[in-house]
This record gives sequence, C-alpha cells and structure tokens, in this order.
Amino acid sequence: MTDEQGTSGAILVVGGGISGLTAALEAAEVGNDVVLIEKGPSFGGRVAQLNKYFPKLCPPSCGLEINFKRIKANRRIRTYTMTTVKSVAGGPGNYEVTLEIAPRYVNSNCTACGDCAAACPDEIPNAFNFGMNMSKAAYLPHEMAFPRRYVIEKASLSSAGAEAVKSACKYDAVDLDMKTETVKIQVASIIWATGWTPYDAKKIDNLKFGTSDAIITNMMMERMASANGPTKGVVSRPGDGKAIDSIAFVQCAGSRDENHLEYCSHICCMATFKQMTYVREQYPDAKIYVFYIDLRTPGKYEKFREERMSDANALFIKGKVAQINSESDGGVTVIAENAVTGEKLSQKVDMVVLATGMQPELAVQGAPIAMNLDSSGFVISDMDKGIIAAGCAKKAADVVTTTQSSTAAALKAIQVSRR
Amino acid sequence: MSKKYCAYLCSGCGIGDALDLDELNGVVANEMSMECKVHSCMCGADGRGLIQKDIEEGVNAIVIGACSPRVMTKEFDFGEDKIVVRANLREQVIWSEVKPVEGQEPHKEAAAFLQETAADYMRMACTRAKKTELPEPYKLETINKTIMVMGGGIAGLTAASEASAAGYQVLLVEKEDKLGGKAIGWRKSFPTKAPWTDLEENPVDALIAKVTSDRNISIKTGTEVARIGGAPGNFAVSFKPTGAKTEWDAPAKVGVDEQDLIDKGQKEDPNAGLKKYTEVDPSATIVGSVVLATGWKPADVSKYEHLGYGAIKNVVTNVEFEQLAKAGKVPANVAFIQSPGGAEDDKDFPYCNSVTSMVALKQAQYVCSDNQDGKAYILYQHMRTPGHMELFYKSAQQNNGIFMTKANVTKVEEKTGKLAVVAENTLLGENLVLDVDMVVLAAGMEPTTLHENTINLAYRQGPAFSDLDLFDGYADSHFICFPYETRRTGIYTCGGVRKAETIEETIDDATGAALKAIQCLESTDRGVSVHPRSGDATYPEFFMQRCTQCKRCTEECPFGALDDDAKGTPLPNPTRCRRCGTCMGACPERIIGFKDYNIDLIGSMVKAIEVPEDDEDRLRIIVFACENDAYPALDMSGMKRNGLNHMIRVIPVRCLGSVNMAWIRDALSAGMDGAMLLGCTYGDNYQCHFVKGSEIANKRMENIGDTLSSLGLESERCAAEQVAITDYDKIPAILNDFVDQIVEMGPNPFKGF
Repeated sequence: MTDEQGTSGAILVVGGGISGLTAALEAAEVGNDVVLIEKGPSFGGRVAQLNKYFPKLCPPSCGLEINFKRIKANRRIRTYTMTTVKSVAGGPGNYEVTLEIAPRYVNSNCTACGDCAAACPDEIPNAFNFGMNMSKAAYLPHEMAFPRRYVIEKASLSSAGAEAVKSACKYDAVDLDMKTETVKIQVASIIWATGWTPYDAKKIDNLKFGTSDAIITNMMMERMASANGPTKGVVSRPGDGKAIDSIAFVQCAGSRDENHLEYCSHICCMATFKQMTYVREQYPDAKIYVFYIDLRTPGKYEKFREERMSDANALFIKGKVAQINSESDGGVTVIAENAVTGEKLSQKVDMVVLATGMQPELAVQGAPIAMNLDSSGFVISDMDKGIIAAGCAKKAADVVTTTQSSTAAALKAIQVSRR
Repeated sequence: MSKKYCAYLCSGCGIGDALDLDELNGVVANEMSMECKVHSCMCGADGRGLIQKDIEEGVNAIVIGACSPRVMTKEFDFGEDKIVVRANLREQVIWSEVKPVEGQEPHKEAAAFLQETAADYMRMACTRAKKTELPEPYKLETINKTIMVMGGGIAGLTAASEASAAGYQVLLVEKEDKLGGKAIGWRKSFPTKAPWTDLEENPVDALIAKVTSDRNISIKTGTEVARIGGAPGNFAVSFKPTGAKTEWDAPAKVGVDEQDLIDKGQKEDPNAGLKKYTEVDPSATIVGSVVLATGWKPADVSKYEHLGYGAIKNVVTNVEFEQLAKAGKVPANVAFIQSPGGAEDDKDFPYCNSVTSMVALKQAQYVCSDNQDGKAYILYQHMRTPGHMELFYKSAQQNNGIFMTKANVTKVEEKTGKLAVVAENTLLGENLVLDVDMVVLAAGMEPTTLHENTINLAYRQGPAFSDLDLFDGYADSHFICFPYETRRTGIYTCGGVRKAETIEETIDDATGAALKAIQCLESTDRGVSVHPRSGDATYPEFFMQRCTQCKRCTEECPFGALDDDAKGTPLPNPTRCRRCGTCMGACPERIIGFKDYNIDLIGSMVKAIEVPEDDEDRLRIIVFACENDAYPALDMSGMKRNGLNHMIRVIPVRCLGSVNMAWIRDALSAGMDGAMLLGCTYGDNYQCHFVKGSEIANKRMENIGDTLSSLGLESERCAAEQVAITDYDKIPAILNDFVDQIVEMGPNPFKGF
C-alpha cells in the first residue's frame, strides 16, 4: 500500500526513544511532516526503563509525558510502532522507504481495558524488566506505555491462551491472524535515532555475569529501583531477596576496553552515583564500594559526585576489577588492585552492580540498509544524502546531550526538505 | 461561535456495568439541558461514526464521558473547529473506586457514591463545554523572520550558517572587530573522526569564509547589543559600538520598594540617563528571534595561590598556552595541571566540563611535535575523555613524550630559572617533583552570562535571565529533557554560554539553537505557543478596565512576558507567553483568562459540583491537579485500581501557577469541605514545567490559610502537595488522608448558606 499522505518534504525518524521523539517533535513543530517509527510496541525507549534521571533525580516519565502530549496534539506527526525500515530507494529529497510492521495481534479497537491480560493464562519473561519477572503473554509494556494499547506475544500463547484472550476481548481487538505488513512512504531525509543497548555483560568473562544472582547490571538496577519494576522498587538481591548490607559498583564493565567497547560510555559514572542514592534511601548504613578507573562527572555533575563522595559509608577505589567470585552464602567477592597504593583488594559484598556501557543498537541488530557505521557501530551522518544520526545512535551520551543533538538533527533534516 | 451541543456516554470498559447510564443520561439531559447518547464503544469506528453523523448535522461542541482525555486523542479529534470536552469516567471514576477491605462488605451506598461522582464529572464536563470558546490565534500585524545571532565565534558562525541553510535571513553581531571568537587563537582542534588520534585543522577560518560569503547573513562587527525590547517576531534591537555607553543601554530591574526610595531621593537611580525600558528606540533594528552565542571567558585562576598564577612567570593558562602555540614554538618541558589540588582535593577547576582534559592532551602533542626531546607531564585527578575521545587519550598514553599520572599538586615554585611542580598521591607510588619550563593550568570556561547581563533585555523583569545561580550561571531552565528552553521565549543559547564544549559539540549545539530560533518564528507566525504547550492557539486576554495595577501578574510571570506602563498597567506580549496561566492565577481582580480556560470556566465547573447538605458521608473535596504530572499520575493510579475516596472531585489545571484563589473561595463558599492543590516539586531541583508555577501556588496557599482563619474556617481545609508523575501509588494515600482529616474536622459550617 502506498501512503497517500507522504509529502516530498517529510522526514522519517527511525527510533522512538528520547532522541527520536525529540527530533520528530522539534521538526514537526517547525511545520514539517514527520513519520516516527519504533521497533518496539511503545515509545520512550531506554529512558522509559530508568527510575530517575541524574542529577535532578526526577522521573523520566515526566518529560516523556510532555513529549507524548506534544505528539498527540500535533497533526503533522504520524507514528508507527513495531515498525522497522526494510529498504530505502531513491535519493535525498525523494527517498521511498519501505517500512515493515510486525504483527501486534491487537488492532486499533483496543481500549486498553486490560481484560485480555486478566484472562491470559500464559506468562512470558518481562523484557521491559530484563526478565527479572514474568508478564502475561497479552500485556501492556508498562503503565506509562504510549500508545496505550496491548500487545500479544503470539509464539508464547497456548491454544487455551489464544482462546482465552480472544474471548475476553469485548471489542474485537484481538486478531491472532494478523500478518506482517509493509508500507511505502516518501520522505526527503532520514534521521537515525536507533539508540543503544546495554553491552552484553556475559561477554566480560572475568565479571561472571549470569553465574550468580548477586551480579546484576546497572540497567537491571534501574528496573529494580522503579516503583513499577519487578520488586516494586525494593532494592534487594535477586533470587533470595536478601537485604543489602554491602554492595559494589564495578565501573567500566566493558567500556574503555579494546576487547569490548573501546570508547568511554559517558554515562556510567553518573549512573552509579545516582544508583548510590537508590541504595542509600533504602539502606542508610549499607557499605558501598565503587571500583573505577577515572570518575567522569564533568562540569555540572561535579556537585552531584561531591555529595555522594561525602557519604561516610562509601569507599571509592581507583582500580579496575580483575575478577568477581561467587560465594556459598549467595554473595560475591570482588578482586581488584588499588592503582594508587598498589594494594590488592578482595572485597566480599552482598550484591555487585556492573556499570555496563552503551553499545549502539545497530552494532547488535545490523544496519537495515547500506549506511556508514564506524567500527563500533555508531552511525556516521551523511548530510549530503540526508542521512542524519542523532542521540546515542551517533555517540555515547547523556540525556541532555541526546536531546540537544536530536534538535540539531531536526534542522539538518529540514534543510534537506528545503534544498 | 454558535454552539450546538451533544453529550456521549460510553458504556464500554466496564463503565456501563459500574454506572447507571440511564440515570447519568438524565443528569446531562435534565440538569445540563444537553442531548445525551450512549454507545457501547465510543472510541470504535461505530461510536465515532455516531458522533461524526451528529457533527454533519451541526453538532460542534461535544462532551464525551468515557476514558481519560490522555488516551484516544486522535480518535476523538474532530477537527480544530470543534470543541471536545472529555469526562474521565474510566480511569478516575470507575477504576478509582475504593474497594472494600477483604472480608468486609462494601459500603451500603457504594454504588450511589460512584454514581454521584460520575454525575459530577459529567456536570463539570458539560459546564466546561458551555464555557469554552474556540481559540483565535494571536497574530502579529507584521512578523519579522530574521534571526539575530549574538556572538561571532564557532557557535555564532554555525548558528548563522545553519539558519541560512534553512532559508532564513540572519543578522550576526560580534563585539570584536573581526569574526572567529576565541577559536581564531587555536592552533589545532581535537579529532572528530576515526581513528580519533590525529589533531585536525581548526575549522574556524573555513567557517568565517562561508559565513562572510553567505548572502542571507549580514554581519555587524565591533558592535554590541545595547538593549532588546519587544517580543518574538518583533524584537527591537538597539546597537552600539563596543564599549560605548548609550541612553539605550538596558536598564536594571528596579523593584517597587526600590523605586519608592529612588522617588524619595534616598537611593541613587541605577538607570539615571537611560531611556525607560518600555521606550522604543526609533532607530532600532527589528528581528524575529535570537540565538545567544556570546561564549565564555577563561576563569581567573590566580586565587589558587599555591599554583603561582600571576605571581610566577611561565605559569600560564591553557588559553594563553594555546595562543603561544599558535604564534610559534612551545617550550620543551611543560607540566599541565588539571585540578587545583591542595584543599580542593580531586575536583577539576570549576567550569571545565571535560574540555580541559582534552585540551591538555592536545597541547601535550604540541610540546612533543615542536621539540625533539619535548616532554609533557599531565597531572590529573580524573581524565575526562568521554566517548571516542578515550582513543585520543589512549594515543597520548602511547606517546613517549607524554607522561600522565593522577596527582594532587601541592605547589608550584620558581627554581633557578625553571619551575618546580610538587605533587603527591601519584600512581608512581611516590611524591613527585617535576622540573619544567612552563606550567599550564586548566582554567575553566565561564559563561559570559555568569558575570554580565549579556542578553540586555529591556523587560519589566530585568535585563538578564532569571535565577541563573541555580544553573551555575548558565541560561538553563529545563536541564536534561528540554535543554534549549530558557526563561525568555525566543532566545536560545548555544556554545560556551550553555556549557563548556568542544568545537565539535559547539557546532552540533549551535545547529540545535538555530532550529529552536526558527521554530519560535514559525510558531509565532501561526499564532501558537512554543514549548511546553506547543501549538496552543489560546493566549491570555486582559480586561484592563478593571485592572488595579497591583503588578502581581507582571512580577510572577515565569517568562517575563508582561511589561507595564508608568501606572503599572500590564502590557502583554503574547508572543513571549508560554500559556501557563500564572498571570491568571495571580490576578486578584480575575480579569485574565484564555478562551478555553478562565476564572469563570473553572469557577463554574466548581459550582457545577453537587454539594449535599447535612450528610457526613457526602462531603466534597476539590482537587486542582497539574495536568502535566499529577493528573497523569491519577490516571495511572486508576489503572492500578487504587481507590480514591468518593468525596474527591478532580479538576485538571494547566499549571498550579494558574490556580486563582477565587476558585478555592468559591468552592468553600459553595459548601465544599476542603481543597487541595496537587502539583510538581519546586525548589532547586524543580520539576514544574513552567519553572515557578508550583512554587508560586504554594505561596498563595499559605496566604489563603490566613483568609480562611479570618472567616472562622480551619486553615487545614486547604493544602498543597508536591508529587511526581511516578507517585501514582502514593497519591491515593495523600488524598485519602486529607479527606480523613476533613471528615474529622466535620462539614464546612457554611454549607447551605
């Protein structure tokens, strides 16, 4: 089917996280037509999974809500979820893009009443919570999900489950025969805002992720600390739920390491300082150990670091962690060398958080079309061709840099429309 | 607009099961005199078809009692020429019903309570529809779409060139006699591409050439902005030669009390000899929006006495060293000190961001390339090389002439023609004394806004941005989510005035600022608001005949949108306005309002609530909830089926700042028993989207407590709470506890009067 609304000056934004949302809105509010696509079932991307932002410790959904409201109010933006780029033909100013829409198995009749999930007997690991709990196979990705429409993981539905969700829906919204669709759109330029994925901690052998419940990643910590997370906001050791008396943060888990990510992921130091506040809120006396190479909390972030470092029960060790070993009581021992004193350290803790870095999503997924990626998988903009990188698809960055660079990307795209 | 109403009730999603819709239909039809139709799925094609058919027959004001106004927005969008009001019967009525404690019977009147709540929400929605008028966008008679860029360094040059590439006229103003800013003093710039190891040509000369040959860009050098008056789409800018003093210089803000002292001759007038801020310079240049790119200044590092700057020759700043490098050869043995050390311990110099780490790496390369046996020592506490600059750092580690260690520098002293740098806590396991020819201090990059007004606005609220101390002098207002928003609409900052940035970051930043300047122009041209109420075509209208010149609106507007005349009558500038309604909330005469949001409209909604007499089970508590955070949180609370006390009635407001205390008085004099404001966190880490709204509302509530006491009502009947959008599991307790307190106090004694 050909999109009848496509205009020659339209902009395609690939990725519906904070970067894509920002680029789409900033361009549309100038007056350009924008098509915003997201691979997942709802918009918000990585930031929707965060409990709080540093350094204000405010909830990301606060800014997302405003952005969603701006989208709802703007007739120039068309949104597609569960959608990816399949192919691109033509050139700058007149690209023809074929989009592929994966079946949601729930159509636009859905009122988000929740009856399908209530009736569904089948459960799946909750991807939004990194598998730390289960959700129904008919589910809303999370409370704040936009669009607020359910989605069904058909492959995990039993035949009884299929029957149950179908008959529970009063609005004829469940459609298990839904097929993959393709849509062709005409656009002048493409903004790649495909974002990042947490570096796979299993690849860092010495840190033993996956061998003990006591070893989690920083993104798992975000979900755990969130009121709508798997533990309803309680920070405790997965598996046995042990309260935290001691915790270690391992910085540069994968980052600044030529065997993994050769670059610095920019945000992990601040993420750890932020997560120290989650721990401290729930455990006023817990011992906190931070193993780091450098503390990268530049500029405005210095004040935030200073506050955390004044914590009498927090110890900061300059030294890269060599090894993490599981202990029989469910805890772990972190082994490192203090780079200043030369002393070898062995610290037993209840739980360890790996400050895993950002890997560009396209490094994992592969680029859907021929485009310039650097050796790490970040997108290199080609302004002449109207191919523009934004946010963490372009470089590892914090949210403020991401929203800023996405605003810049919007102008570069508009320039193509007006050439 | 002549309105034809129709109300629609949805029985889907359990609404029809929980409520008696026939009875509700009766309330709408009889009390509100509005035709009312019921459908089993209003948002479906069939339900919308029903509405569409009525629209074809002339209905243009539609009330929908169904789900939250936050969902199904496209489904219930019937065009800009229709009024649509939604009553939130699903999330905030049936899903928010209090469930009986397990094992207990529900209250015998539970069904009646729920029905009454729904009826009130329908009454309020119908009232709102009757009081709402379609917006008529505010349009300037003539709009000027030129973008003025202040500052001709990398940031300003880029903003000018990027705005021009999108087809806009640009006026570039530079205070020095030539373009280029500080960057013309840089020998090389950082790597911006793989392999991220090689220094690159400084892009500034090419950028200057591009801008000077661009026909869309006119340039004024040796020129400063004396004042900027007016508003987006029509700013009036007075220029002056750099350093000159003129009568058009922007006047300082003078408060009411201060003016009093000046008038009595007890205080010197800081604005003596200056034209009043409201006066328009007849020779002013008109521009549409402004990009502020006035950059940064090297911080003074002489206060770190142990480092010897200013006292010892050859202790220089990184900026001075760069100029030396640009002019010729640099010395062979140089120490680069990244942190002040001493008592400051492991912090960098202030205002460094991560830029100065990379500057040291670059300058260390000069030492090695200029001298055969050049040796550069970088003494740092934390090397800050984010992203791919890590590879730049790594290449320096592999350079035989560059030595780097974590170190706490305790002293720099002169030693037989050379300099000695003393450091402790190094990675070498011992204290260090380095003999060098020169010491370079990583001085920070202070934004020009830190020390000067810079923007020189001729505004009632003064010439500078407000509350800069909260942001270390940077002109932020929503750091993180909306980094380009300043407190002054139409003025966007980039480059060193926003953050210490590398050239690469500055170019990106300036491009974004150009976008925002363009967006403001286009929004102004359409007569709609910019962020956060983007696209809102309403604006505050004033009934000036009744103005008492109390100046509250002009003082409280978070965005400085209101000027005033000599008597103190407000002079609105609608294109500066962000439509939060803080002026409306401030006005004691209730003369400010929007077409779809005003004192009468909300007041009438309050009065539409049925207040039963002599029934302690039926007290009424009004909650004004911020529609940006508290209201969505209430929706989430409903989704999670948290129970809200049946005595609560919620009215969403644009911002707590817009809540006029008249509504509270109306509610209490109508016999309601309590009132609560539910809004965003305020203070240093405020979450208010309009910056000051929730803070101002809280102050007003403190004052209303006194008013209530004087009427013989308990001041505790009014309260204000700060909540976040994620507090959906806490809000029910906050509200229900408040209701319990009111119940304990007993009914409003004025009930029935």
